[in-house]
Amino acid sequence: MSAARSGGPHLFPAMWTWDFFVQELVNGLTLGSVYALIAIGYSMVYGILKLLNFAHGEVYMIGAFVGYGVLVVCGGAASPMFPIYLLLPFMFIAAMIGAGVLGVVIERFAYRPLRNAPRIAPLITALGVSFFLQNSALLLFTADFRSYNTFDLDGGALFVKGIHYGALNISLIRIIVIVTTVALMVALTAFVSYTRVGKAMRATAYDREAAAMMGIDVDRVIVIAFFIGSALAGAAGVMVGLVFQRVYHFMGFGAGLKGFTAAVVGGIGSIPGAMLGGMFIGLAEAFATGYLSSTFYDLIVFGILIVVLIVRPTGLLGKADIKKV
Amino acid sequence: MTQQAPPRIGVDSWVAEADERREGGRIRQMFERVPPSARFGAFLFAAALVPLLSSNEYVIRVGVDTLIFSLLALGLNVVVGFSGLLDLGYIAFYGFGAYMYALIASDKFGIHWPAEAALPVILLAAAVVGLLLGLPSRRLLGDYLAIVTLFFGLAFVTFVTNGNRLTLLGHSRAVDLTSGPNGISDLDPLDFFGQKVVSIQAYFYVSLVTLAIVVIGLHFTVESRTGRAWKALREDPLAAETMSIPVNRLKLLAFAFGASIAGATGAITAAVDGAVFPDSYDTPLLITVYAMVILGGAGSLSGVILGALTINISLEVLRDANQARWLFYSVILISLIAKVRPWKKLAVILGGLVVFGFAFHALIAAVWPAGTRGQAAGGDVIGRSVQDWVIRPEHNATLIGNYAFVALIACVLVLTLLHGWWRALFLIPTLYLAAFVWENRLDFEPSTTRLIILGALLIVLMNARPQGLLGTSRVEIG
Repeated sequence: MSAARSGGPHLFPAMWTWDFFVQELVNGLTLGSVYALIAIGYSMVYGILKLLNFAHGEVYMIGAFVGYGVLVVCGGAASPMFPIYLLLPFMFIAAMIGAGVLGVVIERFAYRPLRNAPRIAPLITALGVSFFLQNSALLLFTADFRSYNTFDLDGGALFVKGIHYGALNISLIRIIVIVTTVALMVALTAFVSYTRVGKAMRATAYDREAAAMMGIDVDRVIVIAFFIGSALAGAAGVMVGLVFQRVYHFMGFGAGLKGFTAAVVGGIGSIPGAMLGGMFIGLAEAFATGYLSSTFYDLIVFGILIVVLIVRPTGLLGKADIKKV
Repeated sequence: MTQQAPPRIGVDSWVAEADERREGGRIRQMFERVPPSARFGAFLFAAALVPLLSSNEYVIRVGVDTLIFSLLALGLNVVVGFSGLLDLGYIAFYGFGAYMYALIASDKFGIHWPAEAALPVILLAAAVVGLLLGLPSRRLLGDYLAIVTLFFGLAFVTFVTNGNRLTLLGHSRAVDLTSGPNGISDLDPLDFFGQKVVSIQAYFYVSLVTLAIVVIGLHFTVESRTGRAWKALREDPLAAETMSIPVNRLKLLAFAFGASIAGATGAITAAVDGAVFPDSYDTPLLITVYAMVILGGAGSLSGVILGALTINISLEVLRDANQARWLFYSVILISLIAKVRPWKKLAVILGGLVVFGFAFHALIAAVWPAGTRGQAAGGDVIGRSVQDWVIRPEHNATLIGNYAFVALIACVLVLTLLHGWWRALFLIPTLYLAAFVWENRLDFEPSTTRLIILGALLIVLMNARPQGLLGTSRVEIG
């Protein structure tokens, strides 16, 4: 790494080529999928409770660890008990259920008692939950990086296979990630738009008190929102593990921040906005890493957040909140 | 029927009954009857004696840390406690002050400013950065401020860690600003008008004088027009705005106020340590300072100092396995005695705990002898005396301890759902499990344990007693 850096201005001689651009585009879409899935959880919870769930990043981290645990229990990446087309769905489902249950537990025990407290109280609690989970993971899993070792799965099929057409190189794992994300988003959109519970969810987000008066069980809606949001974050955790291999206790912090930025960019409270914002942040980070600076991409995402907040605080798809007194 | 006194004209009954609604026990009320100046004077006097009474450098060092934490907590209190803004980038201002001092008072760039010039400049610079950061959030809800500042904290650490090779696009020469992960060392000691502050005792008094200045300044600020406006802003921004309070300007002012206190504290810390490192300004410190403010009671000056004292000294104690064990068992015992009523229930819990432990220990010793032969961390009087009570597996203690830790969290959560005698009965195995986890896992990992306890403290406090030890609880009207 340091040897490459001392090479002066020609760090990436192939920077201005199509290959590189496409590579970063695919990278950005993968990252964007992850951020979008995290952002949806933020957005749903914020839309209904007006609560910033700082612990959401930690739920994503636990999801990644659950996926890792399933992989290890099933014999590890080198010699899994099941064929890969069973193993991957199994990992996803386990992580989604695990993360979803965690989200519901957090809501029940940490946030629900504070539902009518001053706004700052649940925020500080969320901070405490985040810190507690992070360091509990440090205690349980130690500070070592764990690796999914997906290169070993099926003799590296996930990375070797895929679309290879001229400059276009998309490995199978990235296709799986992007397709899974799109499928989850379509399913979520359908759920929110067409089912009774989805309708109740939209009503609660619109006006919690009025929804309660119309006979909607608000507590149940909130639990469902937490479950879905957290399950999606768990899926994102497995995706990161599959593509980037490494999982560790601190991974949730930065990802949570970017997921939140994505939710703000898209318009917090709006589910399509969260998807769009996630993709936007993912692409921005990938291109910033590739073309500008591989160390300061965090600062660039931060800059985007600031610019959006100044120029368009309601985000791309958000509606201006009219405050009634 | 008793004769009801006619309401006095010009006195609001809600105000007149304020004394009856006042909470707190006798100790608390006695504390509040002492005038603030006398309270603080006594504290300063007691604190000033510490370096005279102890020649142990470690004790004085802990004292300096406590004073610095008190300063940090006081600054955060302005933002969170008085004006109700959630500032999660607070530590970045602290780091900003420290790094700025490192840049203008070390061999890094060969600049050696004396303290009387450096401190005001850092104070102002931190306030300006605070203002700039507050600007984008000024029109927005408190939540956005929280996330922007949290991100700012992350960005600060990233910047400082990688600040040793800043390159602009097209520039091949990297500029080294912050020395990167290695930090900057060999800083000048504070130098007031040619008078160098060298010994740790002297730094203790510098910190103490700074604390006195900050507390007195804050006391008068809080009682002033601005302070009252901040409180109005915290209680209800909308109502405050309709009362023509300049909400945005006050938010920014509070923000800048907190930032400048943090910046100045950072400069003092940098001088005390003689070095700055990027890792020192990360989230754990933020959570620590938050825990201090919340424990002491957001919005109360003496409460915040009390919180800083309690938490910093407890964290120091947790470093040593034996002392940590004392702290653990005494905290459990004291909170049981303070919280459990009637006495019969307390007796059942304590007795049950002892009996349960010995019975379980005997059972395990009979079934699985290796399960009780493990060694304690440390191992002083209590460590040995609980040897026959709590089980300590000889092998795989870490793994079993991890499972027990998860089970303990589950038990504590279940405990919050139970009431009355069921809770008392369930408390017995839960406490035993807590002791088991402590003896087998937490006592071996003091650094992680500290952080877990801080996180749990925030959750429990916000749920059980959001006003902290000395804060006043919000009174909802209507």
